[in-house]
Amino acid sequence: MLSRRLQRGAAAAVTAAAAAVLIIFIGLPLLSIFLRVPLPTLFHQLHSQVVRDALAVSLKTSLVSLAFIVVVGTPVAHLIATKRFPGRNVLATFLELPLVLPPVVAGIALFAAFGRLGLLGQQLYALHIHIPFTWIAVVMAQSFVAMPFYVRQATAGFASVDRQFVRASRTLGAGPARSFFRIEAPLASKSLSAGATLAWARALGEFGATALFAGSLPGITQTLPLAIYAEFSALNFKGTLAMSALLVAISFAILLVVRIAFNWRVT
Amino acid sequence: MNTQGLTVELRHPLRQFELDVRFQVGSETLALVGPSGAGKTSVLRAIAGLLRPKEGIIMAGETPLIDTTRRVMLPPEDRAVGMMFQEGALFPHMSVAKNVAYGLRPRPKNRAERRHRVRELLDQFGIASLAKARPGEISGGERQRVALARAVGRSPRVLLLDEPLSALDSVTKAQVSAELARWLSELRLPTILVSHDFEDVAGLANRVVVLDRGKVVQDASVDDFVDAPASPFVAAFTGVNFFHGTAARAGDRVEVALEPAGTVVAAVSQAGPVAVVVDPWAVRVDPDDEAVSRPNTLVGPILQISRLGGTARVKVGSTPPVLAEVPPKRLAVLALEQGQVVTARWDAEDVRVLAAGTAPSAGELPRSR
Repeated sequence: MLSRRLQRGAAAAVTAAAAAVLIIFIGLPLLSIFLRVPLPTLFHQLHSQVVRDALAVSLKTSLVSLAFIVVVGTPVAHLIATKRFPGRNVLATFLELPLVLPPVVAGIALFAAFGRLGLLGQQLYALHIHIPFTWIAVVMAQSFVAMPFYVRQATAGFASVDRQFVRASRTLGAGPARSFFRIEAPLASKSLSAGATLAWARALGEFGATALFAGSLPGITQTLPLAIYAEFSALNFKGTLAMSALLVAISFAILLVVRIAFNWRVT
Repeated sequence: MNTQGLTVELRHPLRQFELDVRFQVGSETLALVGPSGAGKTSVLRAIAGLLRPKEGIIMAGETPLIDTTRRVMLPPEDRAVGMMFQEGALFPHMSVAKNVAYGLRPRPKNRAERRHRVRELLDQFGIASLAKARPGEISGGERQRVALARAVGRSPRVLLLDEPLSALDSVTKAQVSAELARWLSELRLPTILVSHDFEDVAGLANRVVVLDRGKVVQDASVDDFVDAPASPFVAAFTGVNFFHGTAARAGDRVEVALEPAGTVVAAVSQAGPVAVVVDPWAVRVDPDDEAVSRPNTLVGPILQISRLGGTARVKVGSTPPVLAEVPPKRLAVLALEQGQVVTARWDAEDVRVLAAGTAPSAGELPRSR
């Protein structure tokens, strides 16, 4: 029989070991990106045209995707969270599908719908709308893949707002819109910002669907992940590392800013 | 008639039964009571506009809030109905002042006016010191004061109070109840109070409407409601003994054969199916068990003794069961304890006999006090 103290010691050791494994497993690869190449070389690489273009494309497309996701995803999440209607579960499940699909399949699906030979291809062609291999295609690929991250969190957020507050707001003379912006959205803000952060990060890192549907045209559709892959294929290991470092830094900054901004809001 | 009052006529299917109610409220406080799930909250929501009834007319004075025959359905924000929710439903992310400012009507023209009116309301309800606090930082009683101030700030024509005191401890409850009674009499608005607690009703309401399974089973003044309960639910709610039986004349008195057993003799004249009411304070309890069954006597074991202020309520498990109120001195002398077999007695003069109306279903009894 193990004594209580020994058991507690063993539990602490297991926890510590697990934490150590996780920190090494996630931290070491990220750290080595920065350590593999001397910092001055890293900064020098960032001045190249390819990197600047890729950064610009990435920021532009991921922010437009984020805006699209929030504008479209918020009402849908609110609907799913607050109303009971036939097909509600089907709709919710359907919107989560991109989470489990391989991004390549998402790219093929977008192509099959909006490509020249796709379902809407002829109509779009007749209207002189050409989507594949444009920055719009990048936004569509990113939104397709990142949308569920926001919708899921936002739905959970709206569902956790006590309906009594909304009823109170309505009896106090506020219509549905005012009740939403003054009561529901602020009370769900933690989930909304968490969902938006995740979706933005996912859009920023999108690779598979973008590669298939938007290609990798420098300055137009070549986002940072695509540029990294292109440099990697061209055996430019330093450039690859530099851009990877940039992506890690941006992602970290996003997460940190959102977290700080939110904590500041709460207190 | 009353141009200030509220007229309610509703039919709406609920899960188990149909809500079918009709009543009027003048400038008074009407208590809406009934077993849980009787439809009380649905009635309040329909008046507030939070539930669209299948059929119905609700008028605030001359203004229809809803009239399904004329396809009128004002949204809640256009109804001038002030509602106070069970636990206040104060917006947790706003200060007390912001909560009160939220619904101000008529709308303040500028910031200075808004601040002035909020200050006035906070002063009126004695919560000025809480202006900057968040709802999570104040007590339950304070929250209910803020909730009332917020509802009143909307300049409502009708006030709805959904279990305003049920979330409070008994000391706070007594205090808030007294304040509420004073404010309600000052506001002179048609007010509907939903409550589970008879003390709230007795302290606040002028009239009582009893709802059971979606129907109004009694609409009476508070006094009539206590003297002549229309159903076992009402009797249990007010805490009186209520028996069903059949009355037959016996000389100058009436003898009532109770269901399923026992006899009551009353000093009144009545015949046929009746309901018998005996106040608990008229029932004496003695620690003996009489072998012979006599009228106005029931024998059984003590099921429960609950102390309530100075007195104790003793529930005797006779057939039918009976509730007795025992003064504390006598309780000490008798040394009663749970399980002990006792005899409950009362005098014929203390028996009230009511003609049995349409006997409503027993439904769920309110929680004992």
